[in-house]
Amino acid sequence: MTLEKKGMIKFFNYNKIFLITSRAPIYVFFLFIVVLSIGLTEALVLSPEDYKQGHSVRIMYVHVPAAWLSLGIFSIISILSFSIFIFKIKHFSLIAKSLAPSGFLFSLIALVTGSIWGKPTWGTWWAWDARITSMLILSLFYFIYLLSWRIFENKENAIKITSIIAILGLINLPIIKFSVDWWSTLHQASSVKILSKTSIHPSMLIPLIIMTAAFALFSLLIFLMKYNTEMIKNKNKGLDRL
Amino acid sequence: MINELISMNGHGVYVWSAFSFVLIGFISLFLIIKLQQIKEKRKFVSKFSSLNAEKAKIAESHIINQEILSIIAKV
Repeated sequence: MTLEKKGMIKFFNYNKIFLITSRAPIYVFFLFIVVLSIGLTEALVLSPEDYKQGHSVRIMYVHVPAAWLSLGIFSIISILSFSIFIFKIKHFSLIAKSLAPSGFLFSLIALVTGSIWGKPTWGTWWAWDARITSMLILSLFYFIYLLSWRIFENKENAIKITSIIAILGLINLPIIKFSVDWWSTLHQASSVKILSKTSIHPSMLIPLIIMTAAFALFSLLIFLMKYNTEMIKNKNKGLDRL
Repeated sequence: MINELISMNGHGVYVWSAFSFVLIGFISLFLIIKLQQIKEKRKFVSKFSSLNAEKAKIAESHIINQEILSIIAKV
């Protein structure tokens, strides 16, 4: 018997969740627009140019938040997938499925903006170095994950397959994070560190944090809308069973 | 000032194309999810209207179904 069936986890009040996912997006959308406007003004106008890279450093304000969030979202999807196997909480698959679209978009943004940034900085659009290649692999994991949800008609099979993909993809995350330390890569090492001193100046760190907040709000918006859509989809199936 | 902002000492083409890609990506994903949501709501209405009175009453007793119908009615 699953934990859900045993009633050990009572925090899934579907009616409340549906009400929140129906009504919250409009507020999140306006907040996102406000934070994004401030972030864009800071990133494109107010923040200084880099003494070495010049204005091309501004690409960092979209590249870095996208990379952080794509890694963060995949980590959450992987943890949820582990929970599906261990605690048999099938509801987590709906959360993971709703998180994946924005994670996939962020991984693409990180790759494309990184490539655009690479041209004026390194003189090339692409290099098969460890960081860039492992990031490409993350995008492929996202793509396969989303594709699996479309391919497998049987919900049980889809949950199993997508969970396996997410757990396998977890192996790639430390490779992305530490690739710049483990191997000699064209990609620079991290400038923003949680545990040690950050080497980035506050005049650049503040816009970076604001843009990260804007990207996180966009991710939340997409998550709420997708989750709501999936709940309506389930209700449609419920009507078929009546 | 405006010219400087656009050209960015020759880096403008890179910076603006990167930011444009992000904006296009955001708008595209938002529209895709919104269209999926509208499609599912329409499907719900068409399925609900095809139910007989007895089944419609059962379906209407579910809070989520009531909420979906009220959202659609508002639109």
